[in-house]
Amino acid sequence: MVRIIDRRFDSKKKSTANRQRFMRRFKRQIRKAVADAIDGRSIRDLESGEEISIPSKDLSEPSFQHGKEGVWEQVFTGNDRFASGDGIDRPMGGGGSGGGGGASNEGESEDDFVFQLSRDEFLDVFFDDLALPNLVRTELAKLTEFKTQRAGFTSDGVPTNINVVRSLRGAIGRRKALGAPLAARVREIDDEIEALEQDTTAHLDEIAALREERSRLLIRIEAIPFIDRFDLRYNNRIRIPKPITQAVMFCVMDVSGSMDEQKKATAKRFFMLLYLFLRRNYEHIDVVFIRHHTIAKEVDEDEFFHSRESGGTVVSSALRLMTDIVRDRYPPGAWNVYGAQASDGDNWDNDSPICCDILDKELLALCRYFAYIEITTGEAQNLWRQYEGLTAHHRNFALQRIESLEDIYPVFRELFKKEPA
Amino acid sequence: MSDTTLASKKLPSGAEWTFEAIGQYHEEIARVAANYKLDTYPVQVEMITSEQMMDAYASVGMPVNYHHWSFGKQFLATEKRYKRGQMGLAYEIVINSDPCIAYLMEENTLTMQALVIAHAAYGHNAFFKGNYLFRTWTSPDAIVDYLIFARNYIAQCEQRHGVDAVEELLDSCHALMNVGVDRYKRPPKLSLLKEQARQSERETYLQRQVNELWRTLPTRTTADTKEEAPRFPPEPQENILYFIEKHAPLLEPWQREIVRIVRKVAQYFFPQRQTQVMNEGWASFWHYTLLNTLYDEGLLADSFMMEFLHSHSSVMYQPNYNDPWYNGINPYALGFAMWQDIKRICESPTDEDREWFPDIAGSNWQETFDFAMRNFKDESFIAQFLSPRLMRAFKLFAVQDDDKKSKLFVSAIHEERGYRELRERLSNQYNLGCREPNIQVWSVDFRGDRSLTLRYQPYNRRPLGKSVEEVMKHLARLWGFAVRLETVEPNGSTTLTYECRTEKRRGDSKEKRARN
Repeated sequence: MVRIIDRRFDSKKKSTANRQRFMRRFKRQIRKAVADAIDGRSIRDLESGEEISIPSKDLSEPSFQHGKEGVWEQVFTGNDRFASGDGIDRPMGGGGSGGGGGASNEGESEDDFVFQLSRDEFLDVFFDDLALPNLVRTELAKLTEFKTQRAGFTSDGVPTNINVVRSLRGAIGRRKALGAPLAARVREIDDEIEALEQDTTAHLDEIAALREERSRLLIRIEAIPFIDRFDLRYNNRIRIPKPITQAVMFCVMDVSGSMDEQKKATAKRFFMLLYLFLRRNYEHIDVVFIRHHTIAKEVDEDEFFHSRESGGTVVSSALRLMTDIVRDRYPPGAWNVYGAQASDGDNWDNDSPICCDILDKELLALCRYFAYIEITTGEAQNLWRQYEGLTAHHRNFALQRIESLEDIYPVFRELFKKEPA
Repeated sequence: MSDTTLASKKLPSGAEWTFEAIGQYHEEIARVAANYKLDTYPVQVEMITSEQMMDAYASVGMPVNYHHWSFGKQFLATEKRYKRGQMGLAYEIVINSDPCIAYLMEENTLTMQALVIAHAAYGHNAFFKGNYLFRTWTSPDAIVDYLIFARNYIAQCEQRHGVDAVEELLDSCHALMNVGVDRYKRPPKLSLLKEQARQSERETYLQRQVNELWRTLPTRTTADTKEEAPRFPPEPQENILYFIEKHAPLLEPWQREIVRIVRKVAQYFFPQRQTQVMNEGWASFWHYTLLNTLYDEGLLADSFMMEFLHSHSSVMYQPNYNDPWYNGINPYALGFAMWQDIKRICESPTDEDREWFPDIAGSNWQETFDFAMRNFKDESFIAQFLSPRLMRAFKLFAVQDDDKKSKLFVSAIHEERGYRELRERLSNQYNLGCREPNIQVWSVDFRGDRSLTLRYQPYNRRPLGKSVEEVMKHLARLWGFAVRLETVEPNGSTTLTYECRTEKRRGDSKEKRARN
């Protein structure tokens, strides 16, 4: 007898090791592809993986091979027109027939090597760039958690969930309902028999007939099942998403001439990370985009990242707008307000104290957290110096100067620390 | 026997398989195979998922293997094509081991499972056990153990010396895999226990040998300058990886061991590369014959046969040269047709067959099969057994592509005066010696700059492909000193084709730095 070994359930994902080796090897290309993908994505779109393509020349595994020149002989099938000694024009482009020889058997195409990165792998690369600590990574990558909750009873389910009291209550009701007409008739018969027995004339036959009917009815009543399949009731549990709170996230960005594409890309990652963090804690998140130069304006995401303005910078205009929107649409009693501001630090000199004032007196009191990043490689600007003073009084205010992507995470350190899962 | 008893004996049909049904099929197939005197290793059937099948694919068809990114690449490529439905997974993977392991895939229908059992577990199995190349080059009783040893050893090296160092080394070895086989010498038998026991001994011994070789150099160089320097190696060496393993001056013992592992794996697959047509044809012939015999006995349902024949004929399809999906000669089609043809020549030879195959025409086909299966490889099998009738059936024609002429040239077609030439051409096409460049280790300048020189002997004026530069860089990494490649010109002189200079000192190697 043959031995059939069922291996279907062991060593699932055995290829993961080799897959990881592959990812490790082409980290540079994958990171670039992920960076490109992030630039093209909405900051809320972090639920899917990404298609990565790597030029196949980077992947080639060389070995000694013949070149195309020289003399090649090859045998083909399906001769339909050639006689020995015929000359054939050399096919252009090196198709399947004709020259090429052994080399073309490999069928190695010049296309890029394309493969799918899963959501987790995608986030992993994203987090890598941002130098996120591991604990934070796992926290962020977690999908929405559910908790189960009782939700009444259902008529089908697994035996362990049978609710005995409910089931028996149903059974009693059913027995009563089905037996009621029969029981009524029995009572009627009882009355009739009694009446007949009272009568002096002998009604023996009739009484016997009634008795017989009575016993038949009793048997039918007895035959009603004590409990039936459709009496069964099962406890019902449903899964509901855990946190049912809402947050609003304000993205405030300077779009004056000095903010170039590079700086905007950095800012985008900053916003994405905040979004990821919020998504972990809140069921519903609104995102409001405010861009400003000398005047602030609420815009949609596309315009936020892709349009460019020139001219001066008045940061306070954006903060005022944000305060107004919060007051108007997002009362802090019902919403958790988060602010994220990105700028290259340029501000009109007289404006910086005003900004500080707005934050200090109004906005920070409305916000759960407000983070400011200054994307610059140069000297600290006046806005930075003003803001620095705020950190002393406000624990919900964080600021960071950013030169490269790794600097983003420290802005959130306080935030991540404060909220234990 | 009456019709009713036959009907009741029928094997289960329908698409869904069960372990009992597969067992029943296997029993019947084994019985018929034994009647045909197929000599096989014991069979071990394993049921796996499509993911596991892709995985086995990716690691060159082996159940265990060491980890390397190239296998990950293979897996991703296979997975992508499979998910897009561009390819059905091959319905068979069979391991040349004792017992012979045949994989069945969960998703397949009962008919396909039976087909795979007949094809792989009896067809290929018998070929592995009988063919002289497999008998000489592979050790089926030890291969799985050896691969386990290899995987663990390489994993240990990764821990000790870093993943990068090991990966670099494996990349270099893989580049030289095709020139890492002995074509003529018989390798020693593998055994896990001996392998482990000898491994450490070999490490120290080899290192001592190499040290010895280089230690004595300075004293002699001054004394012997007048004499003609003795050649090293005395004879050109065809197995470059073996040469590296034994003589590369700067490799550390663990690196030599990894070179050895890659070399062993390459050697193990060498016979498969040389017997594709024969082996696939043989297995196809037997699944066809075994299942048809069962059908004649009344054991198989008509629906089973319909599905089987549909699948069989799509695998055996040979497009013509001008079809858009033409991709060379289908080894299944050619091999199957040749074995069928040999059987025909044995059973009902024509006059032409008697003239071409006086030895086998009219002989016992089973004995002829056994002889042919045991003693040939693709190149000699075709040279010996390709009949004119088959060349006509396939309408074969040979085309010569000479880059010095403006046109391609049809050198032979399926006609009386072309048969012999055509057969020779096709046989050559399966000759690894013609298909792969002939490159050998020529000399080591061990009194000078320690450079290693390879020689390329061109065949039909074919130059080396572009990848040669990359391969030579890998070789230089292994050798540690300059490497050169010379091409032998038709007039006997040589020209320097490629040179890769490198001076790696033991002290500055990356691995060392990482450890300090």
